[in-house]
Amino acid sequence: MSLIHEIDFGTPKSKSETMVTLTIDGNQITVPEGTSIMRAAMEAGTQIPKLCATDMVDAFGSCRLCLVEIEGRAGTPASCTTPVMNGLVVHTQSERLKQLRKGVMELYISDHPLDCLTCAANGDCELQDMAGAIGLRDVRYGYEGENHVFAKSHGCDNDAWMPKDESNPYFTYDPSKCIVCSRCVRACEEVQGTFALTISGRGFDSRVSPGMNESFLGSECVSCGACVQACPTATLTEKSVIEIGQPEHSVVTTCAYCGVGCAFKAEMRGEEVVRMVPYKDGKANRGHSCVKGRFAWGYTTHKERILKPMIRERIEDPWQEVSWDEAFNFAAAKFKGIQQKYGRDAVGGITSSRCTNEETYLVQKLIRGGFGNNNVDTCARVCHSPTGYGLSQTFGTSAGTQDFDSVEDTDVVMIIGANPASAHPVFASRLKKRLRQGARLIVVDPRRTEMVESPHVKALHLPLMPGTNVAVITALAHVIVTEGLVNESFVRERCDWSEFQDWATFVADPKNSPEATAIVTGVDPKLLREAARTYATGGNGAIYYGLGVTEHSQGSTTVIAIANLAMATGNIGRPGVGVNPLRGQNNVQGSCDMGSFPHELPGYRHISGDAVREQFEAMWNVKLNKEPGLRIPNMFDAAIEGTFMGLYAQGEDILQSDPNTKHVVAALSAMECVIVHDLFLNETANYAHVFLPGSTFLEKDGTFTNAERRIQRVRKVMTPLNGLADWEVTIRLGKAMGFEMNYSHPSEIMDEIAALTPTFAGVSYARLDELGSVQWPCNEKAPEGTPVMHIGGFVRGKGKFIITEYIATDERTGPRYPLLLTTGRILSQYNVGAQTRRTDNVVWHSEDRLEIHPHDAEQRGVRDGDWVRLASRAGETTLRAEITDRVAPGVVYTTFHHPDTQANVITTDFSDWATNCPEYKVTAVQISPSNGPSDWQKAYDEQARQSRRIAPVVEAAE
Amino acid sequence: MSSSPDKLVYMANQIGKFFQSQGHDRAVQGISEHIWKFWDPRMRKQIFAHLDAGGSGLDANVRDALEKLRLQA
Repeated sequence: MSLIHEIDFGTPKSKSETMVTLTIDGNQITVPEGTSIMRAAMEAGTQIPKLCATDMVDAFGSCRLCLVEIEGRAGTPASCTTPVMNGLVVHTQSERLKQLRKGVMELYISDHPLDCLTCAANGDCELQDMAGAIGLRDVRYGYEGENHVFAKSHGCDNDAWMPKDESNPYFTYDPSKCIVCSRCVRACEEVQGTFALTISGRGFDSRVSPGMNESFLGSECVSCGACVQACPTATLTEKSVIEIGQPEHSVVTTCAYCGVGCAFKAEMRGEEVVRMVPYKDGKANRGHSCVKGRFAWGYTTHKERILKPMIRERIEDPWQEVSWDEAFNFAAAKFKGIQQKYGRDAVGGITSSRCTNEETYLVQKLIRGGFGNNNVDTCARVCHSPTGYGLSQTFGTSAGTQDFDSVEDTDVVMIIGANPASAHPVFASRLKKRLRQGARLIVVDPRRTEMVESPHVKALHLPLMPGTNVAVITALAHVIVTEGLVNESFVRERCDWSEFQDWATFVADPKNSPEATAIVTGVDPKLLREAARTYATGGNGAIYYGLGVTEHSQGSTTVIAIANLAMATGNIGRPGVGVNPLRGQNNVQGSCDMGSFPHELPGYRHISGDAVREQFEAMWNVKLNKEPGLRIPNMFDAAIEGTFMGLYAQGEDILQSDPNTKHVVAALSAMECVIVHDLFLNETANYAHVFLPGSTFLEKDGTFTNAERRIQRVRKVMTPLNGLADWEVTIRLGKAMGFEMNYSHPSEIMDEIAALTPTFAGVSYARLDELGSVQWPCNEKAPEGTPVMHIGGFVRGKGKFIITEYIATDERTGPRYPLLLTTGRILSQYNVGAQTRRTDNVVWHSEDRLEIHPHDAEQRGVRDGDWVRLASRAGETTLRAEITDRVAPGVVYTTFHHPDTQANVITTDFSDWATNCPEYKVTAVQISPSNGPSDWQKAYDEQARQSRRIAPVVEAAE
Repeated sequence: MSSSPDKLVYMANQIGKFFQSQGHDRAVQGISEHIWKFWDPRMRKQIFAHLDAGGSGLDANVRDALEKLRLQA
């Protein structure tokens, strides 16, 4: 094993299809028009010396090291800023160039410390490399003059010297090593789109400055790491590299945070991770990252990780550490006992959207095959289950239609109920890049999110009341139909025409007009009309949506309404358009694909289908139950009723993440055996009888499938600290229950999946190694996968328009609960926070805050930072208020990353009509000043503290 | 929504409301198919028991859909 070295071509790739031929150092080379001479040379294998150029950002031409000579042209142009032309004859090395480069380099080095041996970048420093490349042997200027290097010069303080900025928890800014190449500034602008960095001063006084000479932490910096990656010296360096040293080998793997699925190089020293660096060949992220994937992996070795299996008879007892076999036998005996006592259907399990496809597949196999029922569900139930339902009804596939590259061809982006800048940051950066090139943006969201206004981005914002998505989207359709903006030829060719006509008649009804619905939606009809016209006529229109769409009582209806809109405008079936759910967790798409839902086998095939079931029965050598099983909320109801008594939950903290916490507590308390398989003693574990330690994404092999249906490898870089990878735990649990599953490696599990699932038929680890990743469907028809779906026609045949009547949720405001609470995520934290709360990301967000409009706050006597009581019909909690006009009057907002806030004590039992996806996004609440934690919070804390006790190990007597 | 039949009635009516705008016949077809595809047998059993007990609270289309589904079962 060795470090994976990615070639830096110096300038970005040109997309032109016109080819140009030139001669560089006597060799002819043909490249696309618009390519720089620097890049063309590199493609031919010649590295022209450079410092300020790197292929993640546009050419800048400041370092003057990459000079070349071109026959027939005067002077020595910079090769990074000079485009290729037919017939050019370029020389990259000559006496004149050598002298010029030495002169430039000598000046650079005259203001740079010579502590190379003890420098963190030793072995990974482009300045050092270039000094070597151009043969610099002497610096004639000495180090006595004006400089940025030394704190003192001639016995006095050196005003030009600046101390290190160590405010960011993950990287250090050492201005004394800066060569002012601007790569960090340009990466922040061009790659990340935050514009947090600038160069202050001029000439010799030029310095990299976060914001207005602020600290990195105090500035707008979002800690994505793009600047650190771009820095050619040790000026911006990961603290982990400073502490550990340079890595010696690296392995390409996939981030375990959100559904973007960024590819990273895990750069290692032995089994220790030195740093995670985004991989340029990663097709989802194209070399970019966010603060979570890039830096927040410290949880993997956090001291609170549980590494030994534990059991207990009652949840009031302290945990007993036991051997794996004891834990498996204990769990198996409990589950068998429950099935004997209450029947075969009294147990079930939850697959994890954080685990690999292979692990998820095994858990559902264990439940269907080993438990003998279909009581399997996954956390997609509480996020994107309406996506699965809605898109399969209308288009015929339960997944997004595009790849992320598609955004580069988009002219109008409509974001509905999603905040990619916080929740899918790398996609947001790619989107913002396109917006800066001129694409237009429409945001449909109750809150003025970071997407609505950011540097060089201004969206047309439709601030709707929570719960009125269907009314707003149907009103958009009303405008499109009544103003004659329907793409009729597309609809006639690709969709069912009579269903379209029914739908068009319905949406054209004046009761669905923007003017008529404004009273419930709160959206200015003029803005809504403008948005509809822009989407329908502005070129390639793409819709991206998130949980603000799905987590409603009409979640599935909204997904259908979105699909209708895309079909009516012909925005389906080519790059730049489409309907794109932004998936929450790393493998939520995969967990759905792998048959985690109680009614369907892998590949979205209903369990009642005899032919499909028989295939699985033959492969698994077991008879399968043909009835659909319980969904998560149904499991809770059945537990309280006494017919569902045992649950195996892999990598999912249902207590913190599911709505109406009191109801979940009641359900878990009613069960006789809860098996939690996780990294930490999460909230659900407070009610568990068996704890099986989990392994992290760094400790196992497998695959994740991201929001673009892209299947990517997860590669093991260290031995599981707990001893077993999660797939091995499931196999051993099955074995203890008498259900044999024999695999020696996850690749064998994938082979079984491919054999049983037509859309995965072409997927294998060999194929993934060869192509890097594939997007399903991947089979004989599409051996390299399918970046864009529904080209030329819909998977289901004709696209299906379905009428979407707006039905108000029964969660209503009233005198006692006059405000609407909606929830969301923040950049630095991830979902229930089990991972990110155990990293330094807490410096950005250490508690959940309640956002409230100044008007509502004033009425209630609430000041910024005050503790407030947040009460709904389901329960109450306390947290601190943040007064802001990001939310409209009547609407309050909070994040849900911290268990001590317990935002889900507040949320209710209402759920999507089709899938029972909980209505997290609308809860009627009241706010009042408070002195501190509620009685519920205190009782909960006490129970959690008691429940987390682990009994000391008693040495066995002789 | 404390006891189980109430909750199931609520869920069934919610499904019914989605299909309402498609007219009686398509609605009955849609509702019964949806319940058959997504409800676990114990939930179906409970709602049938509730139907036998008079089916109070069930919307008309939903009631017809459940009758239809029971005949198929």
